Amino acid sequence: MSTDVTADRIPIKLRTEALEQLLVERGLVDPNVMDAFIKTYEKDVGPLNGAKVVAKAWTDAEFKARLLENGTTTVAELGFKGPQGEHIVVVENTESVHNVVVCTLCSCYPWPLLGLPPTWYKDPVYRARVVKEPRAVLGEMGLSLPESTEITVWDSSSEVRFFVLPQRPAGSEDLSEDELAALVSRDSMVGVAEVVVS
Amino acid sequence: MTAVIELDVEGPAAPPRANGELVFAEPWESRAFGLAMSLNESGVFTWDEFREELIAAISSWEQSAAPGDCYSYYQCWLTALERISVTHELIPAHSLRERAQELADRPAGYDHGHDHGHDHDHDDHDHDDHDH
Repeated sequence: MSTDVTADRIPIKLRTEALEQLLVERGLVDPNVMDAFIKTYEKDVGPLNGAKVVAKAWTDAEFKARLLENGTTTVAELGFKGPQGEHIVVVENTESVHNVVVCTLCSCYPWPLLGLPPTWYKDPVYRARVVKEPRAVLGEMGLSLPESTEITVWDSSSEVRFFVLPQRPAGSEDLSEDELAALVSRDSMVGVAEVVVS
Repeated sequence: MTAVIELDVEGPAAPPRANGELVFAEPWESRAFGLAMSLNESGVFTWDEFREELIAAISSWEQSAAPGDCYSYYQCWLTALERISVTHELIPAHSLRERAQELADRPAGYDHGHDHGHDHDHDDHDHDDHDH
């Protein structure tokens, strides 16, 4: 049984086109505003914002303390705010604890810091499995953690969006904040990778 | 007709990538994204209301999908957006169906981007409203 408003047999891109036409005709959507949103999220918002936050936290202990205390207001200091940026909670990886983030119900994700979520984050398999067997899922994604490291899985929601502060890699002592930011991958801030000195 | 072009990986002409992955796999995904953002921005619905529809659409897909069915997040996104547009009385459901059908009925050759058969007769569409 189909619960779709439009028939399943119509290609999805035509359904999208129909919806857009009708909303624009009714004055409910301004195509220019819409284009601006798309452009912003495609080009301007991405994991680099999060990487800057991580690099600053690694080099500024006071900033890091504030970041862990109140993620939302602290990242807003750097100008990173917007939809899905409310209630950001930063969780810190240490030698003994590794954090990984999922949204089991949909795809809640800290957009202002990381942009839009990657495909695997939205995938039903990741969403279901990382909760049940995080160590195995991380291993399959290329991150093997020692048995002694405890893994904590955080379920993001509309109330709280988690962001991982990865461990600063060994050998990065002499790097500047900008050089450090360049090392920080999106995946490390979701908790499915570590940061390494390249 | 959209030509296939080689996209730059670096430099000013490079498409946006999030650590090597395009943010949107297909143009319609970005349109569906932009529509939801615009409607939310203008206060037509709250993000939580949209999120509830999105969760429902994803959950419904997960329950009805056959093994091997390919998951499309933005397909669920669009379904949620269609439903919220109808429930918030922005657009009547029949208008959505009719407009989509009109677009599908455009003359052959107008757009074959996602056609799956090669011998499609575009005049032979069924205009009845079936509920499967």
